[in-house]
Amino acid sequence: MSAVTLDPAAAPPPPAFRRRSKLERTLSNAAFWRGLAGLLVFLLVWQAGGFLHTSLGIDVPFFSKLPAPTAVAAAASEVVVQSGYWMSWIESIKRVMIGFLIAQLIGIPFGLFLAVNKYFRDIFFPPFEILRPIPPLAWVPAALIFWPTNEMSIIFVTFLGAFFTIVINVLGGARTIDVRYLRAAQSMGATQWHLFSRIILPGTLPSIFTGAAVGMGITWNVVLAAEMVSGGGSQSGGGLGFFIWSSYMGGSMEHIIVGMISIGIAGYLSSALIRLLGERVMPWRRAF
Amino acid sequence: MQTQLNNPAGAPASKGAISIRNVTKVYDPDGAQVMAVDNCSMEIAPGEVCMIVGPSGCGKTTLLNAIAGFHSITGGEILLDGVPLCGAKKPLADQGSDRIVVFQNGALFPWKTLAENVAYGPMVQGRWPKAECIERARSALNEAGLGAVADKYPGEVSSGMARRAEIVRALINEPKVLLLDEPYRAMDALTKQIMHEALLEMYDRTKVTIYFITHDLEEAIFLGDRVYVMTTRPCRVKKVIDINLPRPRDYHTLTSEAFRLLVQEADEAVHEEAIKAFQAGEREMA
Repeated sequence: MSAVTLDPAAAPPPPAFRRRSKLERTLSNAAFWRGLAGLLVFLLVWQAGGFLHTSLGIDVPFFSKLPAPTAVAAAASEVVVQSGYWMSWIESIKRVMIGFLIAQLIGIPFGLFLAVNKYFRDIFFPPFEILRPIPPLAWVPAALIFWPTNEMSIIFVTFLGAFFTIVINVLGGARTIDVRYLRAAQSMGATQWHLFSRIILPGTLPSIFTGAAVGMGITWNVVLAAEMVSGGGSQSGGGLGFFIWSSYMGGSMEHIIVGMISIGIAGYLSSALIRLLGERVMPWRRAF
Repeated sequence: MQTQLNNPAGAPASKGAISIRNVTKVYDPDGAQVMAVDNCSMEIAPGEVCMIVGPSGCGKTTLLNAIAGFHSITGGEILLDGVPLCGAKKPLADQGSDRIVVFQNGALFPWKTLAENVAYGPMVQGRWPKAECIERARSALNEAGLGAVADKYPGEVSSGMARRAEIVRALINEPKVLLLDEPYRAMDALTKQIMHEALLEMYDRTKVTIYFITHDLEEAIFLGDRVYVMTTRPCRVKKVIDINLPRPRDYHTLTSEAFRLLVQEADEAVHEEAIKAFQAGEREMA
């Protein structure tokens, strides 16, 4: 009777590879250099477009009114030393985070309840589905009237932006957990609570993180627009959206672009954060 | 470390007799009555390896689902050690850790390591403290030759290892019956052979009753004490073949004359049903 054994002592020792550092691996990766080249070409074309207009008088559509990357960089170097600019960052991040976290706190349990309880789903899903297609920004006027402060209104629409996406992802994720996992757990004697905490919850985690990543993107969209709409009034709310809006009012194209790029960076950083968190919470996903 | 998978060598199994008596299952989707199982009876002795062979979609899995408590039956009764699981009064059996299913495509929880997967049953049943569950899971995996991958996630090991770990996960609950639903279906022939030997080895240690569904006749004869050849839909017992090949068996058994004769004996019945199933499938398509 020969059973297959995996005795590590019996196996020959694995060949010793030197594990390269992350930087080393990045630098030797052709894709990294292609990406860098793409970025450079993009900046070069942008710069050339402006050059054609200012130096040769050739009018290139769109580029003529666009400040060159060098001009934007110059504006940025002035802006980054001003505390007002960083206050805009903090304001926007604060709003995004509060709205986003409340959306998670309410959205995840709500989605899970919808998934596991038929009666709950029958009652709450129809109104949810009617409210879901309404764009978050359509809520802005009503929110401004409804909430006592601008701040609360902005956070409310930010919350809405993430909430629906999160719920729909959690619901979908929990409902599509393979029935074999549930059956296997049940036949091994899992109680309802064990089914929920050990099977449904971890089984839904990938969808929770998908919802969070998409929701985070929407939250940035919404917060910016809400800041432009509501923060530009007398009781200035600040934030990156307001930064862009006031740059527009002041007629500074360079600053508008600095604001836009700031938002790009902020969005990228928040997605990276969620990705990182996801890898930590779901170690089994690293295998793929 | 004492493990719970070991029975004293050669001790007769004293549990896990399944009686399937005149079981009928009629599905009723949209009023169109479809008979999946028609008046099926089997007596499976404790510790018997019972192999169910039949064409795809013939209703073999329906019977397994009825034993496991996943689906109800519409007629007859099923008993485990003389105690009714399901019958006229109670069409759906309770699910329980005395009958554990190993699924066709594997159902290890992807979010748990192999050791955590194996420890799951004892843990939710509160059999031992958590640390001891993991400890015992580890030694059970060790015994099955999976000690080196105990801390890997199912996504990180081969399908063969995963399937073996799943059987370990089932056996640690000391079930009376192991229900296997074409567990090696998608495997290549070489892996399959290794899986068969591993299963036989585990069987020789535990003498658990095995209800094994397959459409691979040679697999059935190699592993089984008895092979039930089923008819195509509705599912009935067509032929019962007792397999008297001596145990323990290994791959040499596959080339023996006795094995060849058994395959020959069963093949005609299986082939006949396969043709019927194929033609029925064609009719459904047309």
